[in-house]
Parts: sequence; C-alpha cells; structure tokens
Amino acid sequence: MSRVFVSLDTSALALGAERVAQAIAAEAKQRGAAVEIVRNGSRGLFWLEPLVEVEAGGQRLAYGPVAPRDVASLFEAGFLAGGAHALALGPTQDIAYLARQERLTFARVGLTDPLSLDDYRAHGGWRGLENALALAPAAIVREVTDSGLRGRGGAAFPAGTKWETVRGAGAEQKYIVCNADEGDSGTFSDRMLMEGDPFCLIEGMAIAGLAVGATQGYLYLRSEYPQAARILAAAIAKAREAGWLGADVGGSGRAFDIELRLGAGAYICGEETALLESLEGRRGIVRAKPPLPALAGLFGRPTAVNNVMTLAAAPLILERGAAYYRDYGMGRSRGTLPFQLAGNIRHGGLVEKAFGVTLNELLHDFGGGTLSGRPIRAVQVGGPLGAWIPPAQFDVPLDYERYGEIGAMLGHGGIVVFDDSVNMLRMARHAMEFCAEESCGKCTPCRIGSTRGVEVLDRVAANRDREAQLALLDSLCDTLLHGSACALGGMTPYPVLSALRHFPEDFGIGSQDHAP
Amino acid sequence: MDASLNAELSALLDAHRDRPGALLPVLHAVQDALGHIPPAAVPIIARALNLSRAEVHGVIGFYRHFRSRAPGRHVVQVCRAEACQAVGALELEAHARRALGCGFHATCADGSVTLEPVYCLGNCACGPSVRVDDEIVGRVDARRFDELLAELRDAP
Repeated sequence: MSRVFVSLDTSALALGAERVAQAIAAEAKQRGAAVEIVRNGSRGLFWLEPLVEVEAGGQRLAYGPVAPRDVASLFEAGFLAGGAHALALGPTQDIAYLARQERLTFARVGLTDPLSLDDYRAHGGWRGLENALALAPAAIVREVTDSGLRGRGGAAFPAGTKWETVRGAGAEQKYIVCNADEGDSGTFSDRMLMEGDPFCLIEGMAIAGLAVGATQGYLYLRSEYPQAARILAAAIAKAREAGWLGADVGGSGRAFDIELRLGAGAYICGEETALLESLEGRRGIVRAKPPLPALAGLFGRPTAVNNVMTLAAAPLILERGAAYYRDYGMGRSRGTLPFQLAGNIRHGGLVEKAFGVTLNELLHDFGGGTLSGRPIRAVQVGGPLGAWIPPAQFDVPLDYERYGEIGAMLGHGGIVVFDDSVNMLRMARHAMEFCAEESCGKCTPCRIGSTRGVEVLDRVAANRDREAQLALLDSLCDTLLHGSACALGGMTPYPVLSALRHFPEDFGIGSQDHAP
Repeated sequence: MDASLNAELSALLDAHRDRPGALLPVLHAVQDALGHIPPAAVPIIARALNLSRAEVHGVIGFYRHFRSRAPGRHVVQVCRAEACQAVGALELEAHARRALGCGFHATCADGSVTLEPVYCLGNCACGPSVRVDDEIVGRVDARRFDELLAELRDAP
C-alpha cells in the first residue's frame, strides 16, 4: 500500500487540492494500484500547492504544483516509488524554503494527518500535557514564564505573567479563551495550525487550564474559516472521546473541556474584551480596562485570553522545558515567530524562524521577490494596523523592541508585500476606511475620526488645500493614537503616518513621481 | 407565518438556549437553517433567551455575517483586504460588480448570486481570494471569476 499526501488546508484547497486528490484516487483505481490518500496539513509552501507527497525509501518525496491533468503522467513516471518527473521536488524536508526554517510550533504541520490521534501521539503529542499533569499549577506557569513566551496575537505581553494573574485570582470558575479571530490581512498561521495540527492547540489550551485552574475553555474562531471550523469540531470530539478533554483529562482526575464558538465577521472581536462581549452574546463592543480580563473576564470570571500561536507554543515548552524554547530568538523576543509571507510575493507561505531574522532574508532568500517581478516598494508588517516598511529598513531585525524603535510592530507576524505600482496614499486611505468599517463605535476618535480621516485624505488626493489638510491629518492621528479605547483606533495611525513618512511623494510632497 | 416559524425555530432554540452566552450560536443556527434571520424570528429568539428585541436586533446588525434578507442561491464574497489588494483585488471587485450587475450586499437580477465584501479569508499568499458559499478559491482573476459565475448560474 502506497501512501500519498494531499493537503486539506484552505489554501491548498483554494488552489485545487481536492480535485487533485480525486484524480489520484480515480487513476489509482483504474490502474489497480493500492493507494492510501492521507489528507495532511500544508507545509506552507503555497506556490507549490497543490503539493503531493509520497512515502518512498523511508522518506517523503514531493511533487508540485500538481494539477489534475498531471496525475496520469505522475503514475506513468512511477511517482508512488519516487519516480522522476518534471514536477519532482526531491525529499520534502530538503526543500530549501523548509530546510532553512526553525519549525517549533509548526513541527508537525504538513507531516501528519491532522485528525489522527495515533499520528499525533507518534510525533510527540500529549507529552507536554502529561508533564504538566505531574506539576503543580505554579510550576507550569513558571515554565512558561521562564521560556520568555510573549503573546503572539500582537500585544506581546508575557504569557506567564498573564497566567500567573489568573492563577492567583480566587474564584470558583475560571476560563481559558482562545482568540482564533485571526482577522489581520496577510496572516494565516493560526488557520494553518488549526487545520494542520488541531490537537496541538487543544493540548495547549488544556495545559493553560491546568496552569490557571480553569476547567472550561472557549475557542472563538472567526466565521471566515469554515474549513478550520470543520476540522476543529472533529478534533475536539476525538480528543474528548480519547479522554484528553472532559472530566478526567489524561486519567488525572482533573477536568478541562473546550467549546468551539464561531464569530460572525467583525474584526474588532479580535480585541480581547470585544471578543468576551461576543462570547457572552452581545455586540462586540470593547470594554474599559481595568478590570483586566485576567481578573474579571468572561462572565465576570478570571479569564486567560490567549492567541492560537501562544497556546500552541505551550505543549513544546512543557515537553522540552523553558530553556529549549528560550534559546531561540534575540533580546526580549524569545522563541520563534511563524512569519507569513503574503500579497505580491513569488514564494508566499509560512516561515517559522527565531526572532532576529530580517525582512531582507524573508522577502528575498525565502520569498524570491515579488510575484509580478517588479521591485518591492513597501511592505506592511503586523496586519492592517501595522506600519509600512520601506526597503531602506529591510535590514532591521524582526524583534518586538527593535520594531518598536522604528515606529513599527511585529503584530501577528503577517508580512504583506506590494510592488512599485502601489499608491501609498490609497493605502493610507484604505487604513482609515477599514477602521471606519470595523469600528465598534464605543469611542469617538475611532468612530468619527476614521471617517474624517478618509475625507481628509480624499482632499489631499484632490490637492484641495493640501498643506492644511496634512496638518489636520497629523492632528487627527494624534487624537486617534492617544484618545482611542483600544488598538483599532489607537493604531490606525501607524499605517497612515508611516505611509506619509516613507512615501511623501504619493501625498504630493516633494517628488511628483508617484503623485496621485 | 409566525406559527410555522415558531415551530421551525423551537428545535434550534431548545438545542442552544441553555448554553452560556447563547445568542451568537442561536443566530448561527437560525441562519444556517434558513439562509438568513427573518425579522419575524427576532421576537421569538428574544423571548426564548429572555432578551429584549432591541438586543437581538442590535446583535444581528452589528455582525457582518448575519443577514436579515434572504440571499441569492449562492453567496460570493470578494476579499478587499491588503494582501489581496497587492495582487489585484480591487480590479477583481470592479469586475465582479460589472459581471453581476450589482454592488455589495445585493443580489444579481437572476437571483443566483449575492455579492458581499469580506476582509480576509486567510488565503493571503494565494490571492485574490473569493469565498463561494463555504469554499475558498484562490488566485481569482476576471476570467476565473467568470468561470466560477458560470458554474454557479448553472447550479441549482
């Protein structure tokens, strides 16, 4: 029996993986070949999807990108045994894009069948949770604190400190909330992990529950991820059936369970207090802080709200120990960040690297430049609220503090590439428009300021009293920065002002080359 | 109308009403079953969850996913976010409007497709991205969009 791997990841499916899997099944049947098709996660090499892998000679060999019309010739070439073919890429793990990564959180993604408990176990699954079950809650928290793990949703708050606050809060009921409302454009690492290794997230949530004394977890997933929803629902049911969730986690006598909840298309629900409101059945309006959710969160109870990537890092930290994770990275940014190369990029995909890598390495060594073949002009790092980075800054190490120093942020690690056809005034306008579209309406700077921002930028574009309008824009951004209730209004000035700072010619200042 | 809707909703409400913070799960269940959340369902849901009609109405209005009017036979969402813009999403959006003869939040004349905007489908390395019902399609240019549209218009 030959084993063939075709991904069930959304991006693989979006490029036709389902039809490729069907074509392989049909061709195998016609030829009487015994083939088991495993639907794995994606390796994150999206320009090679649909990627087809076979097991031959004790290793995994890759072919891609495969179209249904290629399938007959693959069989003809004997690909099941690793036969030569124009689409052959050699051993998957030797593909440079993959070989040069430091895959800690994504170690299993693409390798295993996401819904196979046997696969998960065979690749190190549940060991972190088993270790955690043997530790006192404070010791679990200490391990995470010592690892240096910081919140991967964007705020980069030390995860151990948050957990310690929840652990120390006296309450009958506490909660773990997984923020899987991955709304930033250019990000898909949460989605890839949830589709490619869902048990890892489940294990991380269970470890968090043990650490802080929570027996109930909620996984809040955005509704734009239907495939992740299907896979997570199946994985939670399987984990519960196998005793890894429920009243007796891993036979320990301790309880933890997870309920999957769907968002409904609101970017603001990625903000933790708006997310809690949504979970409680209300409009996603941000809450004032304090009180911190760690002390009074979901239904007023102490709640640890963590991003998918934060929780998914916990199993490895508990399995290998804090030092193993901490040894990656630089400065106060410890461990790895799964970067996501998106937009106009030739080799788009997931690149998990230790902090300290530069955009030059990611965009050129990994990404291979733009898809269009034109020069890269601007890159937005950290989602729609992240600053625009010009090529002159591509050598700054990707590190929370170093990015802060240049008025930028890493956020969730999304990197969106634009070539020289981009008009940066239009992108600044889009940032204001997006803020207006997604504002929850709680605070005036965000609710009204964003709409005024669109109008001001339209007047700049029309060259109506440009200098006065730019002064107004500056003042408006100052109000948003300092007067908004949360990061949506508070950070929308980042893309706006960085576009203006680095690309003034697009705003009609200085050179007229790119004047609108 | 109200009575039949009541009967239709009662099983859904019974399945979800006791969950903490039940309103979003209930609204999802209703929309999954009916394709939309008819205004007549609002007082029924409100009564079952001990909420005011205003609260239920407010939540439906807040979230882009929920709709109060029946959509076309298929819902097509075109991503407007930055990563897709970098590879031509705005041109695709303009093409979609022309091809369907309608704008966002509207249904084309033959009732086959409702067009909606979406901000990110998590397919950002393979844009422009489009969601057709529950399926995501990548690298959609004008020609690919027309192919998808032809399939949808032929489909029931």
